[in-house]
Amino acid sequence: MKLVFLGKLADLAGASELELPAPLNWSGLLATLEPELGKAVRGDQVRIAVDGELLADKELLAAVDGTEIAFLPPVSGG
Amino acid sequence: MDKDVRLLTEPFAPGAFVGPFTDAHPGLGGVCTFVGEVRSGDGVEALELSHYAPLTLAGMDQLADAALERFELMGILILHRVGLMHPGEPIVCVSACARHRRAAIQAVDFAMDHLKSNAWFWKREKRADGWHWIEPRVEDHADLARWAE
Repeated sequence: MKLVFLGKLADLAGASELELPAPLNWSGLLATLEPELGKAVRGDQVRIAVDGELLADKELLAAVDGTEIAFLPPVSGG
Repeated sequence: MDKDVRLLTEPFAPGAFVGPFTDAHPGLGGVCTFVGEVRSGDGVEALELSHYAPLTLAGMDQLADAALERFELMGILILHRVGLMHPGEPIVCVSACARHRRAAIQAVDFAMDHLKSNAWFWKREKRADGWHWIEPRVEDHADLARWAE
């Protein structure tokens, strides 16, 4: 599975993409992230998209092999 | 009704798109075009817009549909740059053509307010001391609220 970090989250993660072994749920995913990055992505302002679809509730995450999870901080506009 | 929505990765000349777009709608009463450019003089040396492919273009496409549904248009064109840009380069171009002017003018205003506050773009600026991420602006959200139904 692949993690994609947008905007300033990419700076925090040190990369715009990260590969992780699947399967992972939300708490399992947070456990693999650096504390500062984990704290940032837990924030209400950060949305996540799973395979291009926005997830209403992060706790519902169920990532399997091949899943792409994008972390989306507030947009700065065009 | 017709829409043309694109993400562009290279510098573009708005006229090269607006000309053919206008020509494709014979019988129009008016065409309104807005072009946004990277401002110069604010100490900004470069601007970088990043996007997330699965969401950004789809969101722009939905915005075009919303404008077509809301205003009496013959067509709408939405172009947006991504990548690295310099002062003076176009970032965005929205053009709408209609039988009557007000629909075209309002559709462009509507699309721009949504692009500025609601589209999936992340922006950073390069200044003398390095790169800085741009946070959302309160004014942009106030602009968006004008269109709430």
